[in-house]
Amino acid sequence: MLKRRRSKLEITDIFIYAFGIFIIAIILYGSFETLRQGKYSASQWADLFVFGITIGGIYALIALGYTMVYGILQMINFAHSEVFMAGPLTAFFLADALAKSGLLATNPAISLLLIFAFSMIVSTTVAVLLERIAYRPLRHAPRLVPLITAIGASFFLQYAFRGLFGTQFKVYPEIPALEGVVTIGVVRLTYTQILVMISAAALMIGLQAFVQRTRTGKAMRAVAESRESAALMGINVDSIILTTFVLGGALAGAAGVLYALVFTQVSFAMGFIPGIKAFTAAVLGGIGIIPGAMLGGLFLGIVESVGPTLFLDGLNIAAPYQLKDAIAFTLLVLVLIFRPSGIMGGQTQEKKA
Amino acid sequence: MNASLTAQANSPNQTSMRAWSVALRYGLIGGAVALFLALVGMVEAFATRYVIANVIDLGTLLLFLSYLGAGYVAIKRSGARTPFEILSQGAFAGFIASVFIALLAVVIYAIPGIRTIFINASPALLAILTFKMGVPAGLVPILLSGVIFGAIGGLIEILPPSLRRSLIYAAMVVLVFGLMQDLLRVTLQKWKFLDPATSFTFSNNGLTIVGAVTLFILTFLASQLWQRRGNEARARYRQLPTRQQQLLGWGLIAFSVALLLVLPLLVGLFFSEVLVNVGLFILLGLGLNIVVGFAGLLDLGYVAFYAIGAYTVALLTSTSLEIVYAGGNPFWLALPFAVFFAVLAGVILGIPVLKIRGDYLAIVTLGFGEIIRLIVLSDFLKPILGGSRGIELIPKPFIGSFEFAGPEELYYLILAGCGLAAFVAIRVKDSRLGRAWGALREDEDVAEAMGINLVSTKLMAFAMGAAFGGLSGAIFASKLAIIYPSSFNLLLSINVLAVVIIGGMGSIPGVVLGALVLVGLPELLREFSDYRLMLYGAALVIMMLVRPEGLWPEKSRQRELHESQQEEILSGPLAADEEVAREGAAG
Repeated sequence: MLKRRRSKLEITDIFIYAFGIFIIAIILYGSFETLRQGKYSASQWADLFVFGITIGGIYALIALGYTMVYGILQMINFAHSEVFMAGPLTAFFLADALAKSGLLATNPAISLLLIFAFSMIVSTTVAVLLERIAYRPLRHAPRLVPLITAIGASFFLQYAFRGLFGTQFKVYPEIPALEGVVTIGVVRLTYTQILVMISAAALMIGLQAFVQRTRTGKAMRAVAESRESAALMGINVDSIILTTFVLGGALAGAAGVLYALVFTQVSFAMGFIPGIKAFTAAVLGGIGIIPGAMLGGLFLGIVESVGPTLFLDGLNIAAPYQLKDAIAFTLLVLVLIFRPSGIMGGQTQEKKA
Repeated sequence: MNASLTAQANSPNQTSMRAWSVALRYGLIGGAVALFLALVGMVEAFATRYVIANVIDLGTLLLFLSYLGAGYVAIKRSGARTPFEILSQGAFAGFIASVFIALLAVVIYAIPGIRTIFINASPALLAILTFKMGVPAGLVPILLSGVIFGAIGGLIEILPPSLRRSLIYAAMVVLVFGLMQDLLRVTLQKWKFLDPATSFTFSNNGLTIVGAVTLFILTFLASQLWQRRGNEARARYRQLPTRQQQLLGWGLIAFSVALLLVLPLLVGLFFSEVLVNVGLFILLGLGLNIVVGFAGLLDLGYVAFYAIGAYTVALLTSTSLEIVYAGGNPFWLALPFAVFFAVLAGVILGIPVLKIRGDYLAIVTLGFGEIIRLIVLSDFLKPILGGSRGIELIPKPFIGSFEFAGPEELYYLILAGCGLAAFVAIRVKDSRLGRAWGALREDEDVAEAMGINLVSTKLMAFAMGAAFGGLSGAIFASKLAIIYPSSFNLLLSINVLAVVIIGGMGSIPGVVLGALVLVGLPELLREFSDYRLMLYGAALVIMMLVRPEGLWPEKSRQRELHESQQEEILSGPLAADEEVAREGAAG
């Protein structure tokens, strides 16, 4: 009996590995063909790479929210993508007002700070309300229950914002101070991209310092380690969980403004795809591990930006850029199947259900 | 907040202070809800539907219900018992709630520019909020309605339970009749001899006042009668010999089947269409119920199987010239292939995720669903699958010369599909396989230790769920005659998941009920369509908070959820939130 079962498992294992090898073979062959054909110049590759780092920084900021909550509650905060959406969607009205008053042109630094602050406050508020109303009563519920709640909350928030602020895309005003390009060799960086990279890096360093150096950060790590022991040591677990949501919400709000600066338009539905990708980034780096989320975000951003052209163009697939989301999802599936503990996860397996 | 609820007050003075602050808190919450309903546009959208003709519309009713709820919960939580306290505190909570709406009215009136931010803060909304009286004058009825409904809410809470239940039933029946007026009126008008009753109850625009009052009184009396005599009737049924009980049971089943068979003839074209859509979701729900409800594998990519079923039928039957491969076959030939390919996909997608558990599984399946949609949508497979333009000219199924042309005929196809799926689901549920799924759902490791073959058990769940999904997709394709990739997005998976969870995970009648409530209601009430997903999301959250076992729970699951709550209450520190959950689940 036991023997038969093992042999069956091996067949499925072989199937899984064949699937993985197949994908890797396609990637290698595609990349080889693309490079051999040499349709793209070095500066084109550099553009894709820079764009990948920019978008990757944004994913990393969102991913931090997923990873911190998972580290502490072992739950996927599915509604985090809506926390990310809430900030920039509402901050649009502030940005619009600032642009109309002319302040955005005359005083870009102060205006941007205001927009960031507003977006972060709104996203944080949404995250805190979410925790307080939807998640806190379910602390001890079976594991699927909070996940389903999170899915429900995600759709509720998305369509509530649609009802409140309308369905149309909102175009962020142009910021004259951010129009400009720096060229270093073959690498071209727009001011917006530089701003995104610097702010993302600053926020991540700030978070890392907070978690590693402060008392609250220490308490957060203790709660992530073991909620019960932390509570016995006199740590107020509920307030630490709330702090986690506050931090995640603030980072998502900032990421939202950066996203709006790069893509210039926002809408109620903008959260879903970046949300899933940020989750991918979090898993990629090892969920629950803060530097992992940062690394995972950058990696995903680069793969998604360079990947379609590199892997698929050589295979003569029409319009490979349409498949960039499919590549991100494939990466997600592959990571979850082959290495659910992530790049930095070491041998710590996924915590048991 | 919790501390203030559970703390023991020392003096009467403190008690009353606390009660007033509770009233204030629920007044604020009720006001926030009312404000949200108004700003999100529901009040305005629903204001066109009168429950009672020209007296009260659904939009205004929503606001009144927020005040009423504020009063009700405030009294429930404050523990006020003297009539004066109840009336005054309930009215206070309702008043506070209505202040929000009054303020909103003032803001809309004073700052017309608010509309550029909150698109629903329009003059039309202002007219509805102020009962068409404009700003200074209309504020009085707003606050007055807050006071009145808050007080009523408080009164409801202290009524004897039997009386309260009858009143709530009566109000709900009036509401349902009011909302379902189109369906009921059209159906009743088919019988000429019922005309006097029809025109007595319904005007062209909701219930008539006398009709509503009559309905209310009749339901109230019936409910009272049932509460007094219901136990006797049940006891008499139990005293019957087993044979007669069985006969009664079979009679009931025969009657329901007969009713289902003639239903499209009774309700007409539009409602047959609604029934067909509900049926498709029942079929999908039954399939997902096997995966999620029976085996406990949360699948968010279920739409993939629906898509595979639909595309298989489309590719095999379409008479479009662009389909160069295998088009032009009859539906019945394509159907087995649709189910086969869906099952194949279920197994192929199932194998890689065999070792993934819980929430990771949800994300992986979501990823699979999206990958399939994106690939179909891309230009890459456009020559075969039609890209974003989809596949058109899919013929309807035939039996001999009978064509399943419109919804009234397709209804029977769906009914047969649902019947088959329900039969399979019921039979498999308590079979060896069904019990293995149950074990898997409870604890994978223990199930494996008990000698359950995880691989084949999981794959069977995916395969069987996929089969129903494929069947549903096949019928969907031939119903619509044209399919696009955009019909198969994540929202559909979430929709089906909501049907299963709100109906009750693992419960077959629950799926039917869930589909009727979540798919049928919004189809009948067109005003809902914009708020459909928002309400689904809210329903999922509320359901998980107060009644995680669903509307029509499966017995073992209900027991299990209540057991774990009991344990928590015994072991963990008693939090008010758990108390809420328990009360909600019990009530």
